[in-house]
Amino acid sequence: MSNDTDTAAGIDIDRDKGDFHYDVEYKHDAGRGLTEETIDYISNVKGEDEWITDFRKRALKIFEDKPMPTHWASEDLKAINFDEIRYYLSGGNAPKRSWEDVPDEMKETFERLGIPEQERKFLAGVEAQFDSEAAYSNIKAAVSDQGVIFVNSSEGLADHPEIFRKWFGKVIPSGDNKFSALNSAVFSGGSFIYVPPGVKVKHPLQAYFRINAEQFGQFERTLIIVDEGAELTYMEGCTAPKFETATLHSAVVELVAMKDAKIQYITVQNWSANVFNLVTKRGLAHENAEIRWIDCNIGSRLTMKYPGVIMKGRKARGEVISIALANDGQHQDTGAKMIHAADETTSNVVSKSISVGEGRSTYRGQVHIPKHLKGCKNNTECDALLINSASRTDTYPAITVRGNQHATQHEASVSQVSEEQIFYMQQRGLSEAEAISLSVNGFVNDLVREFPMEYSVELKRLIDLEMEGSVG
Amino acid sequence: MSAIQINNLHACIDGNEILKGLSLTVPKGEVHAIMGPNGSGKSTLAKVMAGHEEYEISSGDVLLDGKSLLGMDVDERSRAGLFLAFQYPAEIPGVSNANFLRAARQARLPEGEEIDAVSFYKEMYDRMDQLGIDRKFTGRSVNEGFSGGEKKRNEVLQMMMLAPKYAILDETDSGLDIDALKIVAEGVNAMRGPERGFLVITHYQRLLDYIVPDYVHVLSGGRIIRSGDKDLALELEEKGYDWVNEDELATT
Repeated sequence: MSNDTDTAAGIDIDRDKGDFHYDVEYKHDAGRGLTEETIDYISNVKGEDEWITDFRKRALKIFEDKPMPTHWASEDLKAINFDEIRYYLSGGNAPKRSWEDVPDEMKETFERLGIPEQERKFLAGVEAQFDSEAAYSNIKAAVSDQGVIFVNSSEGLADHPEIFRKWFGKVIPSGDNKFSALNSAVFSGGSFIYVPPGVKVKHPLQAYFRINAEQFGQFERTLIIVDEGAELTYMEGCTAPKFETATLHSAVVELVAMKDAKIQYITVQNWSANVFNLVTKRGLAHENAEIRWIDCNIGSRLTMKYPGVIMKGRKARGEVISIALANDGQHQDTGAKMIHAADETTSNVVSKSISVGEGRSTYRGQVHIPKHLKGCKNNTECDALLINSASRTDTYPAITVRGNQHATQHEASVSQVSEEQIFYMQQRGLSEAEAISLSVNGFVNDLVREFPMEYSVELKRLIDLEMEGSVG
Repeated sequence: MSAIQINNLHACIDGNEILKGLSLTVPKGEVHAIMGPNGSGKSTLAKVMAGHEEYEISSGDVLLDGKSLLGMDVDERSRAGLFLAFQYPAEIPGVSNANFLRAARQARLPEGEEIDAVSFYKEMYDRMDQLGIDRKFTGRSVNEGFSGGEKKRNEVLQMMMLAPKYAILDETDSGLDIDALKIVAEGVNAMRGPERGFLVITHYQRLLDYIVPDYVHVLSGGRIIRSGDKDLALELEEKGYDWVNEDELATT
């Protein structure tokens, strides 16, 4: 154990709280670098069917063939050394249904992050992933009795192939981008959820992704299918210790909302500043279905994430609500993709970013409404707040609307916390740091309300912590 | 000594000297008015006392109950008991009035202590009633979209809630119609007492009909050129600022 073991109370997700790691004996270690042997190793450990191994190998080929997308995003991607990364690390145990049975180091990790407590307080089920595999996975009996399935991706593949295979890789094909191909080659962990028709899951299901090892890549794969008229809220949190070396997190998340279904997917990301977070998230909304991505990106070295919704059925709705905070040495390159593919579909994007110190935030949006459709609507708002004179923000909205039977609206703003504001607040007795924190909280206030109460309180504290030391 | 003392204060901005040896003492329990023509340094004085970093103090001192304020940050001065009601209060989008006041009150408590929300809200509502402020106001963002009158009432509400030892009112009458002016003045008068000193900065005599000062000072060219009782304000109103200037020229 490399750090003190004070157990902090409450559901605390501040950066320092996540900054610890345990020396764990890994039973399965695919070693460094990525070749076909790495894939054979992972498939063998998991005891996978041949079609999955083939799927992985085809994806590896795509990954190797695709160039790094540095031409449009960040040169910093070149700093990732794929030969040094470890692609699979696990303790070799199936996920436990009770915290009692979870190995000590892992149990303590999640206790320090407050996961069991949150589970007791307000969750319908929890999956806790430690490096490549889930250490714990449980769903409350009342929810599973309704036929809701909540397991990790390997269990989903093994036990529910008839549902899994139908949608797996369909919303996000391996070849979508270099990192979705990488994930498809070496994916491990993540959630598989199925909600049967008409079932409205009252409390959220939550997954927590914890990176413990150094020079490691976490590649969880999540597939959520919510059947006709059913509803689900899913939340994910993530942390990693601070290491000198780069850590890679590259997930693929596919959502499918059948007719009249509703999915709300909430992310609170609090990565340490050495993490490359390169994630592909997309949902497919059928007729009159609704998919909402509520996304908060704090931490990481570089985040590239553009949650999307393909509105395939008439009257489908897509929404992305996002908050990004880029501190010194960080780049939050986030946005949204809204693909309208049916009449009377509606999409809404509200993005707020805060750049602190030399932090950089980028909004990259894509809205696509083709000519043959009618009655589609899109609203895009992106607001950026700059705290210091060296802070940077860029906006790249790409809105393609063809035909004349649609309504789109785009608003963007850039503002700065003014000296006049700070002087005013300081004159009322707030320190400069408190004054800046309050302004920032005011800026994101309307979006923070979209998060469940338990998270919004933590978000506010997290923002306060990030703002400390930003003065000057 | 229980007073705000300004001793031979020289202050400049961008190399231009605005305050040129200003001296003034406002003891607790008294209301002093400062009048002066545009550009005489009235608002500079308020900002310098509050600690605005734009201004450089070349010499002199400002003491609060005998303690120099000059080495203190803006927020330290506030917590030491100095309040400035702004001529143009800043807007803070997304931060509600209630939360802002709460944060300001919280900043005055020792570390680890939390304000009592119930008594805080009760006190705030009482003060709002006194100032004729609608309850909906607590949820609105600080000064955002406020009329001139609402902004000034908000300044007085904040002053009441923070109960400073000394309050500077910087042109609080500007932008107010007569009814709003009366309400604001009533609020200030309710705060008058032996435990508090006021420095009321104004261009017009009108405000002083409602907040009757103990002393009136005329600021011109960065210095106090004349002091007197409340009748001085009336005289100024009648004869104009040129009168004191000419008068001063005659005596030098």
